[in-house]
Amino acid sequence: MTLLQAPARATTAARLGAVGVVALLLVGTASVLVGSRMLSPAVLLDAGDPLRPIFEARFERTLLGVAVGAALGLAGALMQGLTRNPLADPGILGINAGASLAMVLGISLVGVSGMQAYIWFAFAGAAAAALLVHGIASLGGGGATPVKLAVAGAAVTAAVTSWSTGVLMVDRATMESFRFWQVGTVGGRGIDVLLTGLPFLVVGGVLALVGARLLDALALGDDVARALGRRAGLDRAVVGLAIVLLAGTATALAGPIAFVGLVVPHAVRSLVGPAHGRLLPLAALAGAILVVAADTLGRVVLPPAEVQVGIMAAVLGVPFFLVLVRRGRTGAL
Amino acid sequence: MTVTHERPEVVVPQESTSRLVADRVTLGYGERTVVRDLSLAVPDHRVSVIVGANACGKSTLLRGMARLLRPAGGSVLLDGEAIHRLPSRQVARTLGLLPQSAVAPEGLTVTDLVSRGRHPHSGLLRRWSREDDEAVADALALTGTLDLADRPVDQLSGGQRQRVWVAMALAQRTDLLLLDEPTTYLDLAHQVELLDVLRDLNAARGTTIVMVLHELAMASRYADHLVAMQGGRVVAAGTPAEVVTPDVVRRVFDLECRVIEDPVSHTPLVVPVGRHHH
Repeated sequence: MTLLQAPARATTAARLGAVGVVALLLVGTASVLVGSRMLSPAVLLDAGDPLRPIFEARFERTLLGVAVGAALGLAGALMQGLTRNPLADPGILGINAGASLAMVLGISLVGVSGMQAYIWFAFAGAAAAALLVHGIASLGGGGATPVKLAVAGAAVTAAVTSWSTGVLMVDRATMESFRFWQVGTVGGRGIDVLLTGLPFLVVGGVLALVGARLLDALALGDDVARALGRRAGLDRAVVGLAIVLLAGTATALAGPIAFVGLVVPHAVRSLVGPAHGRLLPLAALAGAILVVAADTLGRVVLPPAEVQVGIMAAVLGVPFFLVLVRRGRTGAL
Repeated sequence: MTVTHERPEVVVPQESTSRLVADRVTLGYGERTVVRDLSLAVPDHRVSVIVGANACGKSTLLRGMARLLRPAGGSVLLDGEAIHRLPSRQVARTLGLLPQSAVAPEGLTVTDLVSRGRHPHSGLLRRWSREDDEAVADALALTGTLDLADRPVDQLSGGQRQRVWVAMALAQRTDLLLLDEPTTYLDLAHQVELLDVLRDLNAARGTTIVMVLHELAMASRYADHLVAMQGGRVVAAGTPAEVVTPDVVRRVFDLECRVIEDPVSHTPLVVPVGRHHH
């Protein structure tokens, strides 16, 4: 990198990356030790410790939090770049609602049970909702513009959510199973749940890294992107697939967690600018930190109950978000 | 001079070659045909300017030549091959385009934006090279934007911003550069400044430039080759001295005028008559 590579921001990004890794390690350690039963750091080293099972459960939970948080941060950054809409997140564009409906129908009509099976339904629902929103937004002239995507997403979310609610109101048994997923938590899922979703997250992550280049070109407008040799439609499909894989899998694994995909890319963009090569990795890192921190705090703020990670993420994120808005650094895309 | 009426033939200035040729091309949006059966050869290493009244199809033609619009009939040829069948990335290394619709994300710095002009030369696994650095630095220097390098694009003035976009297109290092109304929204001083930059580029690198302008005075001043369009067809093409005549101006712009010599550039200068003067 030379003088011309916007040195200030490249350095800022590298520093933030280092700070973020350290912060994630600290938060991760806290997540393993903190809870209704506090553990001492000694348990980390002693495999024979009687509290070892608690440690292991919390360790799995922390890993799932890292995976889900990184996926949501990444998916949010991709979604905002794809739609050129700073208010886009997977929730707004129908992915959460689609995942919910598919699971409700799966439980109610097909009688599926268990997290392993839920994941597939949630995932299919997320993909179907994304396709539906994109399809509606593409109607009429001008293709899927950011505004049309947001409107179509809001409409599909409203419709799909009301169907889910309708099914749940008449089907109490489904409601009981569904609640387990719908709370949005990374706790009590177990490592096999994470392992089921991991391949999708890895593929989504790789596509996201490819997508950084594509989004940098698309951000200048479709005409410029095509003048630079891109095929805008194909590139959008690649990025869209990455979003469905990441957000769909995260939602399937942990249930709907709002806010992370919205606030994390915003915050990161205000620090390192809109270039996706810097934005995406840091959004993944920051998403992981926020989800693990929120999960950890959620275990201790209202003992003996646990506060859901989605709610805690919003509680932690909102003040930060307000500061950003007040400083006028959130900006449009 | 070449005034063509019905079916225009390919018009090439003498002893000139053309890598970019529109061959009986028909272009439009959906059912609406804007450019009909149009042929045009772009002379290499020259500055070509397309002029015409609003909605005459000049921007549509430029978009067609830049492969942003697929022709409904005929074809646009780049080095003898139909541009729509060539890999887009390969075209992007030969032919650059600055469209009207360019948008810069908020907070993007000048250097970041200009660096994106290197896109067709880079790849997923190819790292940023010394050549990329040189191309970006050259583009900034040629457009006089080197001192803006670290500024966010959205905080620049209109004239600065337009030069930065031209710099992005220059960083692409293409032999041909197409620009769609690059001087729109610029005041007169900034128009002259920008067009001088493009002239410099043509002189320094021999870059073939095609641009759409609607200022006839600027067009005849900066064009080697002037193309006048009306109703989706080429009405006249040639040097400004050949094309800019009262007759052509009447047909293209529906305007009565006199043509005098520009005392500075010695190119034709259109003086409109209007209803209040004789």
